[in-house]
Order: sequence, then structure tokens, then C-alpha cells
Amino acid sequence: MSRTQISDFLVDEVTEHVYIRETYGKTLVELGREYPNIVVLDADLTVSTKTNLFGKEFPNRFFTMGVSEQDMMATAAGFALSGKIPFASTFAIFATGRAWEHVRQSIVFPKLNVKIVATHAGVTVGEDGATHQALEDIALMRVLPNMTVIVPADAVETEKVIRTIVNHNGPTYVRLARVKFPTIFKKSYEFEIGKARVLREGKHVTIFAVGIMVCEALEASKILEREGISACVVNVSTVKPIDVETIVKAASSTGAVVTAEDHNIVGGLGGAIAEVLGENYPTPMKRIGMKDRFGTSGDGLQLLEYFGLKARNIVQAVHELLEFNSQKKSVVL
Amino acid sequence: MHERTKNVDILKEIARRVRIDLLKALHRAKSGHTGGSLSSVEILVSLYFSEMRHNPKNPRWGDRDRFVLSKGHGVPALYSVLAHAGYFAREELMSLRKLGSRLQGHPEYDLEIGIEATTGSLGHGLSAANGMALAARMDGKDIRIYALLSDGELQEGASWEAITTSSYRKLDNLCAIVDRNRFQNDGAMKDIKDIEPVPDKWRAFGWEVEVLADGHDFPSILSAFEKARQTKGKPFVIIANTIKGKGVSIFENQGKYHGVAPSDDELKVALNELGEAA
Repeated sequence: MSRTQISDFLVDEVTEHVYIRETYGKTLVELGREYPNIVVLDADLTVSTKTNLFGKEFPNRFFTMGVSEQDMMATAAGFALSGKIPFASTFAIFATGRAWEHVRQSIVFPKLNVKIVATHAGVTVGEDGATHQALEDIALMRVLPNMTVIVPADAVETEKVIRTIVNHNGPTYVRLARVKFPTIFKKSYEFEIGKARVLREGKHVTIFAVGIMVCEALEASKILEREGISACVVNVSTVKPIDVETIVKAASSTGAVVTAEDHNIVGGLGGAIAEVLGENYPTPMKRIGMKDRFGTSGDGLQLLEYFGLKARNIVQAVHELLEFNSQKKSVVL
Repeated sequence: MHERTKNVDILKEIARRVRIDLLKALHRAKSGHTGGSLSSVEILVSLYFSEMRHNPKNPRWGDRDRFVLSKGHGVPALYSVLAHAGYFAREELMSLRKLGSRLQGHPEYDLEIGIEATTGSLGHGLSAANGMALAARMDGKDIRIYALLSDGELQEGASWEAITTSSYRKLDNLCAIVDRNRFQNDGAMKDIKDIEPVPDKWRAFGWEVEVLADGHDFPSILSAFEKARQTKGKPFVIIANTIKGKGVSIFENQGKYHGVAPSDDELKVALNELGEAA
């Protein structure tokens, strides 16, 4: 494969690993200086979500809501109704699970300008175990009309996302995680709400991925390349509104699709892609992710191995899919 | 700004007309919450015709006082009050709950008709009011925020999260009112899940509490609002003892009219008692 088929946005080699929640916290401080209307609310996890950085610099615009996620969400709605730009942060499981109905009724239905930025999503939460590993948050948020759902793939994208959503008027959910993410993008990376990015062109299979799994998908594409399989890799960082055009184009150019996410394959990215392709361009597909099960305690990165969320699992899914496609062809012939 | 009055005779007459219109609207809609609408009438009339600074001709006026109907199911009473205050024509009340109407079954945020927040699911409204009160304080705005809760709503845990936030944040620009009619959907609260002692609970949560023996008595409601305005350093709650279905004998203290609209015959009785020919 020639270099021209690889996105200019990608770094040549991963050299950095960064806590994207820290990127969130730092970006929020910078935005706080530019936008006096930003207020930040947090439900007793300020050190973990890194909103404490904003709190230090802007104590009068920082509201510790205590362990009261429902109250936090509806209070954020009240701020938005008064012209503020509220950011509400806590762990993903509480932001989207515990407070779901407050998010639905008080924020998303009336289309209020509240930014829910949740950290500690996915199985990479690690040691805290299944109770704290949100594997449903993408599903819970994308099922809401009016909602925008974004899953950044690294620190560079996280910063761009946070800067972008400040100027996007409407309810928004951003999914961040606990562990360090490999930095895969150059500073020149461009993020646009609703735009999926083709990171690598390919002929035989298309891998759609979000979050930490984008790096695994790129890794898989390198392994596949050595086997003579050319894989297209797409970062679907906006899960809602989903980029139907790019997804259909990428799927139709290869005829085989694998999705990859640190989330339940039910209702998450895999579900979203299946919905798009089912209606527009039915394509054989495999979903890599949490296979309709809960997580468990363990080191966050070790859990990615344990639950089969690594590049080699994507490669295996590609093999199965291509095998299936070739058998299907021979049956038709 | 809307003209305000403390004349009890005028307020009583407005309340009578508000009841007539909300009952007609509920009857036309064939569904909706009769009991809890009627119990809130004097509180809402006091707010919109005497207490609050607002302008129906300029509903987006930045310095208006805000009202959040946390007990969203009581919205027929609020719509009727808003129509009488001049936010929209009284005729529109007859579109209540109909397809395409701005007057949804539970209130949807729409400043054009004076609805400040989407409510209906209980236990949300006071949090939203807290957000408004915090924002007003940040902006140095001399405005007041009001929230009307039901007593049944206090069974929601989230209500107490919000009640705690108001007092922790010392929101003295906020006044909550509890429409304490002692009934909920399934019957009398004491038979379902009693939450007494309500005033003691609010006091324990750090609020200044005023209990009204008669939540339909205008002079006591108005003086409670006056006290609320003068209270500094803590939020103020008016616990108004009201009568579910107030104003129509066949509905008063009848739990079954929580979520049922008046029938043809019941409307006739109601209008007759309210001095309006059917």
C-alpha cells in the first residue's frame, strides 16, 4: 500500500500516551478564559474528571453538586435556560445511567445547550470493576433525539472536540475514558461534528472504530497489510448525528465491515453502523466490543486483552468475515 | 411590566375565571389533571397578578422573575393563568392536549407562552430553578425565582437533592411553594407512602419555612411571599395546605380526580358552582 492512502492527520509512529480527561480539564480552563459564560458542574469526582483544574482558576463558575447526578443535570438545565454554557461532568455510568431521565426530560427534549462530558467510560475503567464500567452510555445517549454524541480517539481529538462543542448550540455528550490513550493524530487533525474520518484507504475490508479502539484498528490494518489484506480504517468519532455518506461509501468500496468499540456491541457503534448499512447498503459485518456482557475488575489495558478488544481480535474478525464472503460468493456462483 | 395588584377582590375574581377556563379546557381535552390544577389556582394567581415582575408582551425580558412549575401535571391551571395574564388568547386554552397545540399535556419550554422550563416528570423543577437562581446571582441580577412543587413530588429522592442544593448554596433569591393537597395518583398520601412531617423536613434541610393553614387565602399567600423576599441567607419555602379539587364540591378531596377530566355533567355542576352558565 502506498503512503498516499494514509491520512496526513496520522502521526508516523505513536510516541505519546495521554490521559484525555486531563486534556479535557486543561482545555476547559483555556476556554474558561475565553468564554465568561461557561460554568462547570461536577458530582463529587472533580479530581478524576479533571474539572478541578477549572475550579481552581474559576471558583465562582464552578459548582460542586455532591453525589447528586440527577440534581446536577437539571441544575445544568437551569443554567442553560439562563444563557450560560454549562459543562456537567462525572463518570459515564452516572451521567448517562443514573441521571438518564433528567438528561432526557430537562436537557435533551427542550434542546438545551448543556455539555455532558463524562469520563471513565468503558471497560478500561479497570480495577473499580463492572459497577463503574459504562458499556451502555453511547446507546443511552444516541437513542435521544436532538442529542449529539461524540467519542474522541485521542488527546488531540479531545481538545478539538471540546473547543468545537462550545460553539455548537445544543445538548452534547462527550465520552472520555480513564486510561492513557496513545496519541495517533498530529496537531493538524481537523474535527467536525458529524464527519467520520477515513484514516486509511483500503480495498478488502472497512474497520469502523471509536475511542481507544481507533488505535487498535490502525494496528490491525498494519497486521492485515503484511498478510496482503488491505483495510480501510474510519474514525466515527461523531456517533450521532452519524455520517451516513462516509460510512456507506467506505462500506461499499470493500463489501466487508468490522466495527470496534469499548462498549456493548448492542446499541453502540456496532449497532449504529448496522442500522446505517442495513437500510442503505447491506454489508456482511462483525462487531468487536463487549459482547452483551458486563465487565470485571482488573488492569484497564489487561481487560482489553481479556475481553478481546485488541488489534489481533479485529484481525481475526476480518479473517472470518472474508472467509464468509468468499464462501457466500462460491454458493452464489 | 405587568400590572400587579394586592386587591383581594380582584384576585378572587381572577381565580374564579381561571378555574372556569381550566375546567372547560380539561373537559374539552377529555383528559388531564383536575384535582391538582384546582388546588394550585390561588398560588398561581398570586404569583402572576401580584408577586412576580414579568411582562406578557415581552416574555423574553431578561430581568423578569422566573417561575418553574415542577408539578408539571398541574399545567392546566398555569395555562389558564398565563392566558388571563395576556400571554396568549383565552381561546387557545381549548386546544389543550390536542395535536399541534402549544399547550402540551405537560409543559414544554416555550417562552412565547410563558413556559420557562420543560417539566412533568417529578423531581426536576427545583433543580432547574436552582440553576436559574445561581445564574442570576452570578450575573448580579435582582430577580427572583419561584418553583411550585406538589407534596407527592416530595416522594422523589431527586427532590431532596435539589432541596439540599438550594440551602447549601444559600439561594435567598429562590422561593419554593409546596401545594400540599395530601393526595397523589393512587389516593391519599397517608395511605400510599406518607412523607410527613413535611415542614420539619424542609427546616431540617436548612430552609426558612412558612406554613399556610389555608393555601387558598390570598392575604396569607401574599404576606408569605413578602416574608420570602425579606429573608436573607437561606431559601424560603411556603408550605400551602390546599384542598385537592378546590372550588368544586364534587371534586374536593376526591383522590380519583387526580388525573381525570370533568365529564359533561360534572362540568355543568362545576360551572354552576363557579357562577358561570354552562
